[in-house]
Amino acid sequence: MSASTRMSSRLAGWLPRIVVAPSLLVVIVTVYLFILWTGVISVTSSKFVPTYDFVGLEQYVRLWATPRWHTAVANLFIFSALFLALSTGLGLLMAILLDQNIRAEGALRAIYLYPMALSFIVTGTAWKWIMNPGLGVQKVVNDLGWTDFRFDWITNPDMAIYTVVVAGVWQSSGFAMAIFLAGLRGIDNSVIKAAQIEGASLPLIYRQIIIPMLRPAMLSVIVLLSYIAIKSFDLVLALTNGGPGTATELPSTFMFSATFRRNQMGVGAASAVMMLMTVAAIIVPYLYSELRSENNG
Amino acid sequence: MAEALSRPGKARLGRLFVYGCLVVVALLYLMPLWVMVVTSLKPLDEIYGGSFIGVPKVVTLDAWRAAWSEACIGTECTGLKPYFVNSLLMVIPAVALSTGIGAINGYILTKWRFPGANFVFGLLLFGCFLPYQAILIPMARTLGLLGLAGSIPGLVAVHASYGICFTTLFFRNYFVSLPDELTKAAMVDGAGFFRIFWSVILPTSIPIIVVSCIWQFTQIWNDFLFGVSFTSGSSSPITVALNNIVNVTTGRKQYNVDMAAAMIAAIPTLVVYIVAGRYFVRGLTAGAVKG
Repeated sequence: MSASTRMSSRLAGWLPRIVVAPSLLVVIVTVYLFILWTGVISVTSSKFVPTYDFVGLEQYVRLWATPRWHTAVANLFIFSALFLALSTGLGLLMAILLDQNIRAEGALRAIYLYPMALSFIVTGTAWKWIMNPGLGVQKVVNDLGWTDFRFDWITNPDMAIYTVVVAGVWQSSGFAMAIFLAGLRGIDNSVIKAAQIEGASLPLIYRQIIIPMLRPAMLSVIVLLSYIAIKSFDLVLALTNGGPGTATELPSTFMFSATFRRNQMGVGAASAVMMLMTVAAIIVPYLYSELRSENNG
Repeated sequence: MAEALSRPGKARLGRLFVYGCLVVVALLYLMPLWVMVVTSLKPLDEIYGGSFIGVPKVVTLDAWRAAWSEACIGTECTGLKPYFVNSLLMVIPAVALSTGIGAINGYILTKWRFPGANFVFGLLLFGCFLPYQAILIPMARTLGLLGLAGSIPGLVAVHASYGICFTTLFFRNYFVSLPDELTKAAMVDGAGFFRIFWSVILPTSIPIIVVSCIWQFTQIWNDFLFGVSFTSGSSSPITVALNNIVNVTTGRKQYNVDMAAAMIAAIPTLVVYIVAGRYFVRGLTAGAVKG
């Protein structure tokens, strides 16, 4: 083998690594380095622009002393819990019903999923109009004769967060349905046949056999919906703009307004770090287990 | 799965119940779209006088015309048209870049595995689940330093960068199931790295290219956070412009124009969904179903 062919074969061995390097570099900078950068800003006194003076955990103390942040965190819990429970429950129910040899299954599935193709801004705009007390659902029911009917959640600070839940579930439950349906289609029929021969009723079969077998799908749905819930931003902005007052503030909207509207970049960075840690606590174990089981399997 | 349901009579009632539930839920899901369409076709007086859900008595396209070319966004009364163009100029290069790069990354991570390839994949994978609030400030600073702040090329760069994480996941999971014999045979025949990619791998990957393009198109077209954080005024994408139209608080609220504007912003992704829904669902579930 001549020196030049040896050179070129060594180059060929390195070629894949050389080709993948630029995108790896981009991701290392824009994901990991930028996270670090945000972390650094969160321990400085930055306001309108970053200033790199170390102030310790002052911004975190300030963050947790801000009532608006408390509202945002409480809202995130309410919103995530209801959003997860309703989307998962509705998605599972629709998937099970769709799995009963339904005629028009394709069309129905398409209808349940189309909201996922829309922007949250579009969804928020539409639901803001539907839930408008003066002209929306409330007025229609009032005009039908039930004049005491009230559906003014969107203008009621105590109830406004539930309007975000309604619109969020409408947008995302089809996604849960799609994953559950894929899970149901993967279940071996013979298990169910055997149970039926044993005389088990259909609801019992679902409760005892099928739903437990959907555990991997359930895990995926819960993890992915939690991620959607934590990063929800556009939906709140379009639907309620965080209001009335600060009633529907979420960590994502808090971070944005602190950083870009109220010149509290340090507090904004601290809240971003809190959000990141919450997501990482959910996602990293999930990805780790997914990758590990893939390598073993 | 449940074809053995049948015990006559009772079973028929059961099926009626199943269909009933499915249809009711379907109507609930269609309602907002119906409301958007009928509201956008009504004149304003009918909206203030009638019900939001009823069929229009008079059908007019005035609201669509206003939303497209007359409505005011900030102080500029240009309608959505220039912002629609902005979104197109942003989405097309960003989709092409991220899909092309993702394809070659997926090819390397499956067919040219090197020590640490799995770790590299893990690094990219976490990028799919990054809450973007965690990178907003550094990205805004960096775009400023690069002279890309508030520009469409800046948004293209941002979307392409984070899109690589998703597209690499799609292509990697797809190529993992292609038999290695395919590439080995080509190597024996003397084909090199790029030659195998072009002549062996790419021709088999049309479905996943479609999945990746649709997913990226939908994500980038619908993005609001990057648009509102990194652009302002006339360089905004359509989602930001739509939100500005809707949040106008002066004068009599033009709900029909709002709804027409929302429809205009929704139509591109809806069309993609209707034409290629199957591929859209595959993209959605790709994050959840292991390759």
